[in-house]
Amino acid sequence: MAIQSVAATGSATHARAGARRRATILWLTYAALTICGILFCFPFLWTIATSLKTGIETRQIPPQFLPEIVQWQNYVKVWSAQPLTRWFTNSLIVVGLSVPGAVLTATLVAYSFARFEFPLRNFWFMVMLSTLMLPYEVTLIPQYIIYQKFFGWVNTFWPLIIPSWVGGGAFTIFLLRQFLMTIPRDLDDAARVDGANSFQILWSVLVPLCRPALATVAILQFLREWNDFLGPFVYLNDPKKFTMSLGLRFFQTLPESTMEPQTHLLMTATVLMSVPAILLFFSFQRYFVQGIVMSGLKG
Amino acid sequence: MIKESRRRSSPARRRQIVEAYLYLSPWLIGYLALTFIPVLLSVYYSFTSYDVISRERWIGAQNYIDAFTRDDQFWPSLGKTAYYAAVTIPVGVAGSLLLAIFLNVRARGTSVFRTLFFMPSLIPIVASTVLWFWLLQPDWGPINRLIFNTTGVIAPRWFQDPSWAIPALISLALWSSVGGTRMVIFLAGLQGVSAELYDAAKVDGAGAMARFRHVTLPMLTPTIFFNLILGIIGALQVFTSALVATEGGPAYATWFYALHIYKEAFQYFNMGYASALAWLFATLVIVLTWVQMRLARSWVYYDGEK
Repeated sequence: MAIQSVAATGSATHARAGARRRATILWLTYAALTICGILFCFPFLWTIATSLKTGIETRQIPPQFLPEIVQWQNYVKVWSAQPLTRWFTNSLIVVGLSVPGAVLTATLVAYSFARFEFPLRNFWFMVMLSTLMLPYEVTLIPQYIIYQKFFGWVNTFWPLIIPSWVGGGAFTIFLLRQFLMTIPRDLDDAARVDGANSFQILWSVLVPLCRPALATVAILQFLREWNDFLGPFVYLNDPKKFTMSLGLRFFQTLPESTMEPQTHLLMTATVLMSVPAILLFFSFQRYFVQGIVMSGLKG
Repeated sequence: MIKESRRRSSPARRRQIVEAYLYLSPWLIGYLALTFIPVLLSVYYSFTSYDVISRERWIGAQNYIDAFTRDDQFWPSLGKTAYYAAVTIPVGVAGSLLLAIFLNVRARGTSVFRTLFFMPSLIPIVASTVLWFWLLQPDWGPINRLIFNTTGVIAPRWFQDPSWAIPALISLALWSSVGGTRMVIFLAGLQGVSAELYDAAKVDGAGAMARFRHVTLPMLTPTIFFNLILGIIGALQVFTSALVATEGGPAYATWFYALHIYKEAFQYFNMGYASALAWLFATLVIVLTWVQMRLARSWVYYDGEK
């Protein structure tokens, strides 16, 4: 009773105190987030700043965050350096030939798992998921031997592209299958009544509804291929065939010339390699988050 | 029953099966050619001595015996990988969860922060390693300069010091993964916890900490488990950052297990021995995952009948 009456009389001040406390918590959260955010961005921001400095500025004591004069020509210099343009193009070729393959074939395979009943379906599905557990180290060596001995494909892009055209990996298929399962079958049935065959159902009914999931899969595949180091490292040894990730490492391992530090140019190349991934993510961010959440990744 | 058997034999049903396998075929072909056959070959190679140029020679279990008894880098590389994983996984998963909790408040501007934290994970691993290597360069890298200029302390030589090289790689891994997809998955998990549960807890008089401990955490255990499994597999396979930054050095300090396999296979062309190493590794990963699945029964909470 007593408590109730206190609560009744003091409810106004109570509410004010509560609001003040909530505001304090909110501000503390903002402060913590801001500090963490700065810490998180600092390395990359410093890299961008360094990519716009002169070589001598990179060794300045004490270090300055901003360049004296912004050296945009660093980008022109690095970009017009023959090998880098070539490496960049090579990466684009590999990615450009891989992503459509992964999206296309993963859609077909996911469709078969999500919408058809056929003998051994659950068995194949389990087999597919079990490949997620198998470390790539196991298959890397025999794959290399197969590509090298039977096809002579060392120093070509084929070993980097082919895996995308056979479903693009278990995770990709799983993601799309989960997404397809959420689309009501009534839609298929309606289209079937209208005389559509199974491919027409997939193409004109399901694919348009899958756009967020397809965008997610395409981005993930792009990032995977663009960032891939081990594949190119194992299969490509001719510097002309290098992708960006190999090229950047090549650039880093070049002996420092004693004349002028090259750090600023190395950072320029680092930024150039990161730009496509970041740009792509920002253009499709909405789809991406939606795709991850909707594909039931959360549990 | 009758319907079943009729359906099974009807031409329409047969057509459906053929179509299903047609759609399945890209993966099926890929599985046979790029996984199934390589797995069989890999098992076979692991019992041979094989340098790619000359024919393989059957040597029985010798590769496996050598790994445990004669390989100087076998146990050390396992130990270094374990050290790296033992720090990266718990700190990384806890860090992602903490960030997600902060970002889960319904307030303006959180999407900007989410993007800020996500950014490092978008930077390609080779690029972020090059960046980190320069950032922690002992003589003129900005971190050591800043530390020296502000405190006068001479910071460790990071990638050049055998005892600081792994911590340097760990810091890189944490920076580039804490705010990435793992955090997005946690955020989705947090948003999936129903408001009713919180309201019920509030009515029962639970404070913020109690609500976190007794509502949020149990409801998130499936997500934590999922991220833990992915984290273990990822951390044990650490390769690219160590190769680009230090190539296993200095003095074998970052000679991780995956690097050991790579060097044996593609530098010394001991394909048979490297296959045996890969199988020992696969066994370890599978056993660890299995143990995690068993342990999960006692701490992962599944809603409903799942």
